[in-house]
Amino acid sequence: MTEMATARQLGLALCHDCHMLVDWSSVQPGEAAYCPRCGARVHLRKPNSLKRTWALLITAAVLYFPANLLPITITTSLGNEQSDTIISGVLYFLSHGEIGIGLVILIASILIPLTKILVLIYLLLTVHWRSLWRPKDRTRLYRMIEAVGRWSMVDIYVVTILVALVKLGALANVDAGPATIYFAAVVVLTMLATESFDPRLMWDIVEEDHERREA
Amino acid sequence: MVKHRIACQHCDLVQSIPQLPDRATALCVRCGSVLFRARADSINNTIAWTVAGAVLFMVAINFPFLGMKTNGLERHTALLTGIQEIYRQGMVGLAILVMLTCVLAPMIQMTGLLYVFLPLKFNRKAHFSAVVFRLFQHIQPWSMMEVFMLGILVALVKLGNMATIVPGVAVFAFAVLIFCLAFAISSVDAHLVWKRLERIGHD
Repeated sequence: MTEMATARQLGLALCHDCHMLVDWSSVQPGEAAYCPRCGARVHLRKPNSLKRTWALLITAAVLYFPANLLPITITTSLGNEQSDTIISGVLYFLSHGEIGIGLVILIASILIPLTKILVLIYLLLTVHWRSLWRPKDRTRLYRMIEAVGRWSMVDIYVVTILVALVKLGALANVDAGPATIYFAAVVVLTMLATESFDPRLMWDIVEEDHERREA
Repeated sequence: MVKHRIACQHCDLVQSIPQLPDRATALCVRCGSVLFRARADSINNTIAWTVAGAVLFMVAINFPFLGMKTNGLERHTALLTGIQEIYRQGMVGLAILVMLTCVLAPMIQMTGLLYVFLPLKFNRKAHFSAVVFRLFQHIQPWSMMEVFMLGILVALVKLGNMATIVPGVAVFAFAVLIFCLAFAISSVDAHLVWKRLERIGHD
């Protein structure tokens, strides 16, 4: 096997859309380059990856509070009004023996968004700290949050279905609470943040360290 | 032995991939990310699953989705009713999000796949194939029908002790559609598509 090299070291850039290796050596800094095969804009690394990820992530972290503290559904039944937050919904299920459903909501609505935010903050910090520690496992962590993020949307869909279905006038009525929009924003923002983080930044640090030692 | 060079999208390492047997997966030697998956009979399988999915999609949109019976009152909804309902409550952003993730994204994916793959099967290229295929790839994370299905199950349990839920034809169509679309997408060999589009483009 020949000496291993990255695309950047070989003067190439990977097109994110069609995975073609595009010649990067003739591209001036700041100049826009387009993939000759699929026409997508090519970047050596995702543009402003750290700044963009931080911005999206901080917004998501702030909105995580109203998403969890405000009611997500408002149920009216024979004149009684009851507001439920995500957590009170989970507790209701767990205390009424619906352990499976309770766990689904707990994991999808509370644990996954929280884990995503914490993991991304951790990955961003390791890049800022120029960490050399276990880049392979950190990349694996990134792949994990990339894969599970979508499942957080489940609570939004539950609310949509309840709101559509439970419209029986005075007998029973479900309305979407103010937390719904905040929660949806958290899910979307964390997905965008995951997409804007570039895991290659972690490997760049490993290579720069390697080059420095050889020099 | 046809080899092609590819850089890992997660760690940037350049590697050569030999011709893989069908259904084999090449992983990055350094970070373990998937570099490339070889598909069996990619174009035919993609078209078949997508056509099946498109038919089921029509059923899922047009037929009764869920009904609820309690104390003599009955209410039926279609897939789009729920979206309409939250729109009417003034939660426009939310309505757009659900519409995009459960209706528009899958629709765009399926029409996009047929638009690119049907001409490819006959060694032709439709106009703007590259743009359409890129749109298909970018919209993929936002297509969340399987998550919606889980939402249906949770809602059913939630309402179970309050009312009788009558699942309509559309729910079953929707459930099967999820598998069809998943199989269609996993049959797509993006590398093959770009190779073909490039070759036809130069003729």
